[in-house]
Amino acid sequence: MRAIDKKLWRELWNMRMQALAIAMVIVSGVSIYIMSLSTLDSLYETRGNYYRNNHFAQVFASLKRAPLSLVKRIAEIPGVNKIETRVVAYVNLDVQGFADPVSGHLLSLPDNSHGLLNQVYMRNGRLFEPGRDNEILLSEEFANAHNLQTGDKIRATINGRRKTLTIVGIALSPEYIYQIAPGAMFPDYLRYGVLWMARKPLASAYDMDGAFNDVTLTLSQGSNAQDVIDRLDDILKAYGGTGAIARKDQLSNRFLSEELKQQQTIATVFPVIFFAVAAFLLNVVISRLISLEREQIAGLKAFGYSNLAVGIHYTKLVLMIVAIGIVGGIAAGVWMGQGMSNIYMKLYSFPYMIYVLKPGVIVSASAISVVVAILGTLYAVRNAARLPPAQALRPEPPAIYHATLIERMGLQRWFSQPTRMILRHIERRPFKSLLTTLGISMACGIMMIGGFQEGAIDTMVDVQYGMSQREDLMAIYTEPTSMRSLYSLRNLHGVEHAEGFRVVPARLEFQHRDYRTSVHGIETDGELMRLLDEDLNVIRLPERGVILTDYLAEILHIKPGDSLTIEVLEGHRVTVQVVVAGTTKQYLGVNAYMRRDALNRLLKEGNAISGALLRVDEGHRREVYAELKEMPRIAGVVDQKSAIQAFYDTLAETVLFFTFISTLLGATISFGVVYNSMRIALSERNRELASLRVLGFSRGEVAYILLGELALLTIIAIPVGLLIGYGLCAYLAFRFDTDLYRIPLVLGINVYAFAALVVIMSALVSAIMIWRNLAHLDMVAVLKSKE
Amino acid sequence: MAKEHYTHERLDEQVVFHVHGVTKTYQMGEVQVHALRGVDLDLYRGEFTVLLGASGSGKSTLLNILGGLDTPSEGHVLYGERDLTRASEAELTEYRRYHVGFVFQFYNLIPSLTARENVAVVTEISRAPMQPEEALQLVGLAERMDHFPAQLSGGEQQRVAIARAIAKKPDVLLCDEPTGALDSATGIVVLEALQRVNEELGTSTVVITHNAAIAQMANRVIHLADGKISEVHTNKTRLQPAQLSW
Ligand SMILES: Nc1ncnc2c1ncn2[C@@H]1O[C@H](COP(=O)(O)OP(=O)(O)OP(=O)(O)O)[C@@H](O)[C@H]1O
Ligand SMILES: [Mg+2]
Repeated sequence: MRAIDKKLWRELWNMRMQALAIAMVIVSGVSIYIMSLSTLDSLYETRGNYYRNNHFAQVFASLKRAPLSLVKRIAEIPGVNKIETRVVAYVNLDVQGFADPVSGHLLSLPDNSHGLLNQVYMRNGRLFEPGRDNEILLSEEFANAHNLQTGDKIRATINGRRKTLTIVGIALSPEYIYQIAPGAMFPDYLRYGVLWMARKPLASAYDMDGAFNDVTLTLSQGSNAQDVIDRLDDILKAYGGTGAIARKDQLSNRFLSEELKQQQTIATVFPVIFFAVAAFLLNVVISRLISLEREQIAGLKAFGYSNLAVGIHYTKLVLMIVAIGIVGGIAAGVWMGQGMSNIYMKLYSFPYMIYVLKPGVIVSASAISVVVAILGTLYAVRNAARLPPAQALRPEPPAIYHATLIERMGLQRWFSQPTRMILRHIERRPFKSLLTTLGISMACGIMMIGGFQEGAIDTMVDVQYGMSQREDLMAIYTEPTSMRSLYSLRNLHGVEHAEGFRVVPARLEFQHRDYRTSVHGIETDGELMRLLDEDLNVIRLPERGVILTDYLAEILHIKPGDSLTIEVLEGHRVTVQVVVAGTTKQYLGVNAYMRRDALNRLLKEGNAISGALLRVDEGHRREVYAELKEMPRIAGVVDQKSAIQAFYDTLAETVLFFTFISTLLGATISFGVVYNSMRIALSERNRELASLRVLGFSRGEVAYILLGELALLTIIAIPVGLLIGYGLCAYLAFRFDTDLYRIPLVLGINVYAFAALVVIMSALVSAIMIWRNLAHLDMVAVLKSKE
Repeated sequence: MAKEHYTHERLDEQVVFHVHGVTKTYQMGEVQVHALRGVDLDLYRGEFTVLLGASGSGKSTLLNILGGLDTPSEGHVLYGERDLTRASEAELTEYRRYHVGFVFQFYNLIPSLTARENVAVVTEISRAPMQPEEALQLVGLAERMDHFPAQLSGGEQQRVAIARAIAKKPDVLLCDEPTGALDSATGIVVLEALQRVNEELGTSTVVITHNAAIAQMANRVIHLADGKISEVHTNKTRLQPAQLSW
């Protein structure tokens, strides 16, 4: 090895702790970049692969009932490729040993096949045997939640009749990657499942022989989904069609797409911060190294090393540190990416996960690290290269200090001499002090994200299900039913309160914007379903007009007082103009609300309700469930709170993983910044501090001068960091806003405290390490050497 | 006062450096420091020159200019045919790499490299150098080759610096107080090494010193005072290093 390269290795070894601290920051940036992008690629790849292999449909429509002969007309729509009709039913299930209400979707499968579109993926077991009417396939998540295996039996209420079904296979479907009950917001694998059954028995149970109530399509290349949807809606209108949707609006697919978008945001925001900090640290450390070595550099140049050679020499040092960061970052990133993909596989219902690590991701991560590092050190390295040798041969002149602002203001008598040294040192390098503070602040800010996510979900749930939708159970009727049915619900032993609601699918339109959702008719002074205003006060429903979810008003660009067009996608499919009376704060979903009686009038129907909200006495829960199951009119029962609980359990792992990672990364940054700043301060002031020791200062007094400065900067950095963290969370909340959910920007005191604490801890760890270095302060060297 | 041009008696010899009207002014904030105030000088091939002068008289400045480390504010310096004052950065680098050996006043060793490696840093980029070991042997440091600068005394560090300068067998050797930190016995070892290089390789050598005794081994002694040449003295008879004492 060339001597000059040996110099590099030895120097790297001498500054190994600093190099490691910087490398760790790069590791963080690279790993989170690789984690997010590879997770993203994996999800895209897996989803794409799954969709393709299992022929996920592109247009979905449900209707009341249409004869199979209608297929011919649908096939004539230009752009339609494949068509599959199905019989789909929403049923109550009864799992042995599980008392809570369970509902499920029962889908027909053509004889002895995986289906034409939305093909099932068989995890195990077999398809149906002809003639056996009671065989089903069960969705994997549901089967796992209940520990059901092939051969086990479950009971279902199919069109009012109890049936015992035998599980012959466990399956998954691209249609239910995100598996939630209608009306629910969170997956609850215990209380909602998907089942497949042979078409014949299912059709005859629902009087659908030779008919269908659900149709899915694929499109031929280059055709416009919206055109097809419009034509399909025209055809299905007469058969009770509730409006076809494109794949992008299909619920499961939409949730997944939103998730992918969030990954994308994470993939950009975080690495930017880490790379910026890494660049800063490298700059500080390399600048210092170069200023320490200016006389060596001069020597090298005097012996005929060119500017370029000197520049390359220091660039190599930077690259060596970056290389450690890249290698570590790739390893950590792949590990984290696989972990993340597995969490996704659990959170969603994928049959498999193809972990994709594109070479491009690694190349770009490496390239970004290298470029950032070089940009960060360019100035310092260029200065080293350009250093006129004759000048550099002379030792650097003593730094120029000034009396600080505070001293000029005449306040110095309040400060001891060491404190004045601290203040002067900070004031002499305002920019560097600022960047150090900013670096620590960034760390502090990053650490708030984990806590923010957790708190945000809590708030979301508290507001939505604690204050707004307060029912214990929601019973959904098979079809709109008279208000009088509520009496039988109220009479159930254990039901304390029951409120009816009416809900219809509708297309809302204002000017050139439109949005598909549902209009909810709710009781004026309802106890269980209440709308909240911006300050979370209950809104009294107006006599006329609709109230929109605040986010929906934003989507439609509509204000209270404007006239909204509502096209009901059910029954007579009336289109009416209704004034927007106000907006309501909601974190989950987007809907339109009006008085139930007003909605009934609008639909030109009597006092009909689509379902009921129930408050149930805890002690009688079981009995109420049991009774509800027996009611033929009730298609399903949703227990939102249990769903939330189940969701929390699934999510806990994700949140924990994320909190762990963001804390680790934040701590890395704050340690990296604080430790490096201290080391550099120590190296810059080595001589000064050693001289003070010679003059009789104690180690503590000397430490105070050195560490006091960083303590001061850290103390300043924390409030700034909390602000930055708030901003970061606000940005994420804003970026994560979708019509499915909005993340409230709520940051508890514990979130702030945690971030501040970790920063203080990592500063303390650095301080301890520096304290040990101070013990080795070489007093003799100071006296011996020149300067 | 009219400028004198100091020349050598042996005019048949080849001029290595032709210094003409060189001034050097440093701007130090408000004040100007005149380090050199007009120097005219010729140096000849193979000549051993000693530069004497008070502290701050401009010796190091002149040496740095000769070595292509610095450029004069005014005037010209020719190295052979080559005008150093007009040379590009790359030409100066090339000049230093292949023609000049430096010994610095403050050694400028690389602390992270051993004595041997400090020499190797230079030999690795030069044409036909000595082995680092050979150079260290010449300055009496064979035993301490694998020591780091921090493990060497001031005088030993200085000898490493000299070994580093002579190892590349330069055409010109520029030494800034090469014996400043040495006792007379070691100083003589070092001076013998310099003289050997001077005689065996014909290296033109310029040595700055505060030690008038060393002047006795030079062909010529040039006195600098206040940025100007105040006196040039040619030794009729040169002493061997071993004959010196201080
Ligand atoms: N880079 C510089 N900036 C400002 N002034 C300088 C610089 N280099 C040298 N000087 C000044 O120029 C003058 C000559 O300096 P030089 O180093 O040549 O002196 P010297 O003769 O080598 O002295 P010494 O024997 O102490 O080494 C001095 O007054 C010095 O302060
Ligand atoms: Mg000098």
